[in-house]
Amino acid sequence: MRAVITVIGKDTVGILHKVSGICATHNVNVIEVTQSVLQDMFAMIMMVDISGITSDFSALSDDMAALGTAEGLAIHCMHEDIFNSMHKI
Amino acid sequence: MLNSFDILETIRMIQEECLDIRTITMGISLLDCIDPDIDKACEKVYNKITSKAAHLVEVGEQIEKEYGIPIVNKRISVTPIAMLAAACPNENPVKFALALQRAADTCRVNFLGGYSALVHKGFSAGDLALIKSIPEALSVTQNVCSSVNIGSTRSGINMDAAKIMGEVVLESAKITANRQCIGPAKLVVFCNAVEDNPFMAGAFHGVGEPDCEIHVGVSGPGVVRAAVAKYPDATIDELADVIKKTAFKITRMGQLVGARASKMLNVPFGIVDLSLAPTPAVGDSVAHILEGMGLEQCGTHGTTACLALLNDAVKKGGVMASSNVGGLSGAFIPVSEDQGMIDAAKAGTLTLEKLEAMTAVCSVGLDMIVVPGDITPETISAIIADEAAIGMVNNKTTAVRLIPAIGLKQGEMLEFGGLLGSGPVMPINRKSPAKFISRGGRIPAPMHSIKN
Repeated sequence: MRAVITVIGKDTVGILHKVSGICATHNVNVIEVTQSVLQDMFAMIMMVDISGITSDFSALSDDMAALGTAEGLAIHCMHEDIFNSMHKI
Repeated sequence: MLNSFDILETIRMIQEECLDIRTITMGISLLDCIDPDIDKACEKVYNKITSKAAHLVEVGEQIEKEYGIPIVNKRISVTPIAMLAAACPNENPVKFALALQRAADTCRVNFLGGYSALVHKGFSAGDLALIKSIPEALSVTQNVCSSVNIGSTRSGINMDAAKIMGEVVLESAKITANRQCIGPAKLVVFCNAVEDNPFMAGAFHGVGEPDCEIHVGVSGPGVVRAAVAKYPDATIDELADVIKKTAFKITRMGQLVGARASKMLNVPFGIVDLSLAPTPAVGDSVAHILEGMGLEQCGTHGTTACLALLNDAVKKGGVMASSNVGGLSGAFIPVSEDQGMIDAAKAGTLTLEKLEAMTAVCSVGLDMIVVPGDITPETISAIIADEAAIGMVNNKTTAVRLIPAIGLKQGEMLEFGGLLGSGPVMPINRKSPAKFISRGGRIPAPMHSIKN
């Protein structure tokens, strides 16, 4: 089982560190990261493996949302099924 | 493998284009709660609903977090209460409404539908008492919704019921006049009512349905509007294709959420209702889709054609995306809940007559239309009869949800707030249909009802 974490916002030092830190505390493994900084906008799509998650998935998404609020970033943490069902037949 | 374009498209739909799951609705049969002692029956109703739907809201909130998609409403529909009221002939059915309200409060759902009666061919025990109690029931409860089916393609239109419903709608507005006439906003008069509709105010749990099931109503006028806006020069058939593809994607969300909710609640999955349901939020308007197709304002000539195209394309895109499509499925045109419709009605471009024509090709009917408070009950009955006739002859569901704005005049605004929005008082035809309505009886079923 995998989930997609997307982060969009103003670039600052340590965004990737903080996001992956939360993943680690929930025992969520980062599989793939696509990241770019355009001017000073930071955009990242992170694919993570949640099969070993030690908490509820909603706890992970709550933590990500809290980080987003604290850092002024738009962070979305969504189960991959939503993308698969929408874009694959 | 997922690509970043797809991921960002989904997120944009949710964040910017108001894509949401409008409702997950649990249908619960109350047939096993029938009891000649009304207090016992109410207790059984309360217990059954609160045990079946105990985790409905919780599960909904969990799915919201898991998929990152808002589920705006969690609702319950139940067996038409007239069937339970039939067993308690000398009692006031409002007791059932209060029991439903208590259950809705305990389960924390937004709405509970099913204070209903099906009288398309005639009244059976319990029906009349329930219908006459509707104004009181809607005024003493907040979240209970009511509906009455007065006609069908197979049986014709029960004109006695149409007559009574005119009075019920008006009375309901009068006794809630100090609360923005909210009563009739929770009351729908149907022709060809569907048994698995997850949308309020017309949801009830039909007798042919299983004991308990989960339905999902998807929405997304904003997504369709944005998709249409990307193709300003496309031909109409290209536009239909764009809408189909978008509807497919939206409906897949509903299918996913419904399947997940059904598994988590251990209740069978009923249907996905793939309706485009507008909200007063900016960008979430069906009228704006029609305007995006090339109309200066919704309600002008061409509106019916655009709506027919939209309604059909939505269905075609949606059916492949879901294993079971049902409910009303199409485009809703509730005036007070749609910013584009509100503007068009205020400007006088959108009239009651045009709306009536639009209902012949959209998924439901005359919905959330504010009419002057001094309207006569006969005129309401006649509007109901007109609308039911469209449904009966065209083999489709039609409905009427009119709000007589007591104390307001044509052009003034009635403000509900929230999802119900606000609507201008629209002009009506003042010539009297009283003689026609007073005749009573039944409009016979049309020729094409004889199919066997």
